[in-house]
Amino acid sequence: MPEDPDSELVSRVRAGDEGAFAELAGKYQGSMLSIARGYVPSGAVAEEVVQEAWIGVLRGIGRFERRSSFRTWLFRILVNRAISAGVRERRSVPVEDMGPVVDASCFDAGGTWRAPPEAWADQVDDKVIAAKISARILSAIDELPLQQREVVTLRDVQGLSSGEVCTVLDISNANQRVLLHRGRSKLRQVIGSEFGRGR
Amino acid sequence: MSRLRFRPRRDVVCREAVELVTDYLEDALSQAQRRRFEAHLAGCPDCPEYLAQMRAVVALAGSITPDDLTPRMREEFISVYRGWRDDGADDPV
Repeated sequence: MPEDPDSELVSRVRAGDEGAFAELAGKYQGSMLSIARGYVPSGAVAEEVVQEAWIGVLRGIGRFERRSSFRTWLFRILVNRAISAGVRERRSVPVEDMGPVVDASCFDAGGTWRAPPEAWADQVDDKVIAAKISARILSAIDELPLQQREVVTLRDVQGLSSGEVCTVLDISNANQRVLLHRGRSKLRQVIGSEFGRGR
Repeated sequence: MSRLRFRPRRDVVCREAVELVTDYLEDALSQAQRRRFEAHLAGCPDCPEYLAQMRAVVALAGSITPDDLTPRMREEFISVYRGWRDDGADDPV
């Protein structure tokens, strides 16, 4: 297992360092809220769920054996709290929107691009443009269906490995890839529309 | 079963390529699939841009930095922490 990026912060929290706890909180709070919001009816309830998760983390951190990464453990606690507080049932099979990720009208009968994507990928290297787009991508992630939002947040925003994501969400690797694919494809469209026609 | 009869697989077309991008980036394609996907990319004027855009999405999502806690939130976290610390730490195992 690769080294846990939070290893040092966890040790400091255990040793009584309140600043280390605030640092962990700052790092994960936004993603935790975004995920919790998918399960519960309101932002206020989501905040309660996240706070309960943090209290659960503190209660358990002395026993946390580092068999998984801290973030895997943290998000697992969060998802469990969110499920018990939530009104939505978790489905292991993604049934939400299973159509093609690019509209069929963009291809001709043979499956070749009729309306190819407008080029923008290299513009993202520009720091100013990237900063502007980053703000938009965050709101676009919040608009994804719950399961896609979870996978994209954990995998792409927080940088968990696919194995870690599967453990947190209790889904198969294949399932995880489907969700990641659909989520990323939608973000691509949103970003594309920031540049032009968004095809 | 068509024993030992070699049937060339049909080439990947753009419509299929866009559905394979994530499996490609995740290294989840079989060797044969990967070869067919890459052969398509090499000959397609548009799909390399599509792949580059999906890579850009991943990079952009990964570059999001969390907002700093507001001073009030930081205070709340610190007070939760102190409550826990002064409470004698862990739950019994």
